[in-house]
Amino acid sequence: MNKYWALFKNGIMKENPLLVLMIGLCSSLAVTTKLENGLGMGLAMTFVLFMSEVIISLLRKLIPDSIRIPIFIIVIATFVTLIELLMKAYLSELAKALGVFLPLIVVNCIIMGRVESFASKRTVGEAAVDALGMGIGYIWVLCGISIIRELLGSGIFLGMRVLSEEYTIGFFSRAPGGFFVFAIFIAVSRFFSIMAEKKAAAVNTVTALPAEGVQK
Amino acid sequence: MNEYLKIFLSSMLIDNVVLIQFLALCPFIGMTTDVQKANGMGIATSFVMVLSTVVTYPLYNFILLPLGLEFLQTLTFILVIASLVQLVEFYLKKSAPALYSSMGVYLALITTNCAILAVTLNCISKSYSFTESIVYSLGTAGGFLLSMILMAGIRDRIRLAKIPAFVKGTPVLFIAAGLLSMAFAGFAGLIK
Repeated sequence: MNKYWALFKNGIMKENPLLVLMIGLCSSLAVTTKLENGLGMGLAMTFVLFMSEVIISLLRKLIPDSIRIPIFIIVIATFVTLIELLMKAYLSELAKALGVFLPLIVVNCIIMGRVESFASKRTVGEAAVDALGMGIGYIWVLCGISIIRELLGSGIFLGMRVLSEEYTIGFFSRAPGGFFVFAIFIAVSRFFSIMAEKKAAAVNTVTALPAEGVQK
Repeated sequence: MNEYLKIFLSSMLIDNVVLIQFLALCPFIGMTTDVQKANGMGIATSFVMVLSTVVTYPLYNFILLPLGLEFLQTLTFILVIASLVQLVEFYLKKSAPALYSSMGVYLALITTNCAILAVTLNCISKSYSFTESIVYSLGTAGGFLLSMILMAGIRDRIRLAKIPAFVKGTPVLFIAAGLLSMAFAGFAGLIK
């Protein structure tokens, strides 16, 4: 149980696909002008990631090594087509807002990367937990970016108008704003991890000295 | 003629594939550590981009559309791109080993370059004609190459600058990309 919990937490913070591994960036910047779009994209992507990791982990002993990449692509593309058709049928407005980025989940490096480096080597349970962790890691960053961009760019916070239209900064809902907000997101997460490392180093030196003395 | 020029300029500058549409950010961040690398990646990608548009456009209009298989477009296109990359790799390995050894590393990575799939899908969704599609893919490829080289040049300067530890590395690259993107947003009034 503990092992699964560690795997799950891994994707959320320590190996967050967007902030730490730096993969799958394209969709995360393009769709985050509104919270609904960010959340929809995150959920679609998590669905595809989960299904592909589980299926490939189940088939990992049957897939010949030399043609594994085409097989991965077919499995991923199948689920992407599935979610695309489902969204067009039931959430047509969201599908329109996500536009070309919905079929582009196929080439999202997060999925290919996790399938290649994780699911093709581990058991189904581990792959499923890893997919959920990575998916949630992806969703929270996407939601964070979209909340900031929507608040500053169009003055709307969780569906309510907070800032009146004259005080909004259109910059944030356009392309350059996406780059800036994301840069600040990574910088802040770096800042905390550097602080944590420093703290850990300080604690280590304090505890290490007496322990050494006792041993001698 | 005017129409083609319009498509070319708007796909290259106004709707720049990296800086305005946020496509192909992975090579934009990962492959711009020096100008030569950026150049190699840019040219290899441009080549595959134009080639895959040439292949997928007739494939969609003459095979998928008459058979009513439009829903397979994502799956077909990504397979076409993956096999084209493989073919180009084989061809270069045999006929131009020198070029292959300088481009080889990037070629394999191109399959998962989202700009290529996006261009092929956009040509269909914007219902361009065949020539228009080719002009569009040429323009997008030019825009990609341009932004790669610009970024590689900026990175040379960033390396010499004094930057706080937590902004060093990727965050500062995104800030630079944001500034570049602002500059490209200035092209918006170029074509009415």
